[in-house]
Amino acid sequence: MFITESFIFTLIGTVAFVVLAPIIGCFLAGLDRIISARMQGRVGPPLLQPYYDVRKLIAKDDVTVSGVDGVYMTCALVFTAFAGGIFFSGGNLLMSAFVITMAALFFIMAAYSSRSPYAELGAGRETVQVMAYEPMVLLMAVCFFMAAGSFNVGAIFNQPLPVICLTIPAFIGFLFILTIKLRKSPFDLSTSHHAHQELVRGTTTEMSGKTLAKVEVMHWCETVLFLGWTGMFFIWGTPLSIILGVVVALAAWFFEIWIDNNFARVKWQAMLKWAWIVALVCGGINIVILAFI
Amino acid sequence: MGYASKSPWVIHYDASSCNGCDIEVLAALCPGYDVERFGIINTGNPKHADIFLVTGSVNSRNIDVVKQIYDQMVEPKVVVACGICACTGGIFHDCYNVLGGVDKAIPVDVYAPGCAVRPEAIIDAVVQAIGILEEKSKALQAAKKGA
Repeated sequence: MFITESFIFTLIGTVAFVVLAPIIGCFLAGLDRIISARMQGRVGPPLLQPYYDVRKLIAKDDVTVSGVDGVYMTCALVFTAFAGGIFFSGGNLLMSAFVITMAALFFIMAAYSSRSPYAELGAGRETVQVMAYEPMVLLMAVCFFMAAGSFNVGAIFNQPLPVICLTIPAFIGFLFILTIKLRKSPFDLSTSHHAHQELVRGTTTEMSGKTLAKVEVMHWCETVLFLGWTGMFFIWGTPLSIILGVVVALAAWFFEIWIDNNFARVKWQAMLKWAWIVALVCGGINIVILAFI
Repeated sequence: MGYASKSPWVIHYDASSCNGCDIEVLAALCPGYDVERFGIINTGNPKHADIFLVTGSVNSRNIDVVKQIYDQMVEPKVVVACGICACTGGIFHDCYNVLGGVDKAIPVDVYAPGCAVRPEAIIDAVVQAIGILEEKSKALQAAKKGA
């Protein structure tokens, strides 16, 4: 039989992720904007502002430069959904990381397809961002494997202790690259959530209407998936520990917003250098520790 | 209320004149007035913008730029002429190179006079513009359904 049990689990997980992740991600995006505004001494937009934005974008006229950027963004959305489905159904962490990278690559293709100098520069920087965070993501997955004895996320429920007990350095390294993955300042090089930057809007410069709405929805789903990766470290055999996982994920997310509001954008050279240094030091130390335990 | 009026993203362009009105536009967009409460975002990208705030008069050098920005904006869109120069050419109206108000280049929906235009007048004009944006959005939806 081609249809195995894990295939059905992944399918159910994907459907659940497609339904729930945009809702949770939308609320998180709204909260993000309110918290950011409060940090800047402002009131900020309504909680559902990201939803209003996307509904407005969907209602806008269809204008596209290349004609294919919308298709690429649909592919990016589909791969994001599968990555989330694989992860939240307890599937392979490594596979989830690779599939979400496919989504990032389609996003880069969408930006390149417009041939606009701003979007191309943004796409180039997005590529550098992928290069910067991918080593740490892989080392994180390797450390997870060495600690849990499996790449399957579901294995955490068989553990006597949470995975974090053996993977503190890898978790710190992952928190560092989480800022890049969430496209937060100081690493919002390719496209910025905030008004102006030297690249106009980088990757999304030439995107409008429905295509831009897809970018927003993809970002909501990505946020939920990455926070899931964060919470995974703190869950073990007790089902109640899921609450701890959610609390830690939300704390990490708040920490990212704080970083976003307090640090100025760095150059891509600095981002690449530090991301790799952190990956090699944190991931390397953790692998050595795990190899000797 | 539709979604167009809940998330009006703004782009501003300083055509010419003394720049006083552009400073007032930025003052109205700064955290003190916190326009993000109403979903307004100051974008630097015409493709993302719904409301075009133009200050200053149009001259033979910048008329193409104004038209270019307007053409790049995606329907539904509205234009607000901020300040008397953008409305009619103002004190510069008879300069050798000045063509007149912004309506010499693109269709203007709301005129906000003043020299310099007060932030309160800009907010007033933007509120009116949001109403027009809503109407245009509904017309576009109806046209899409009819097509």
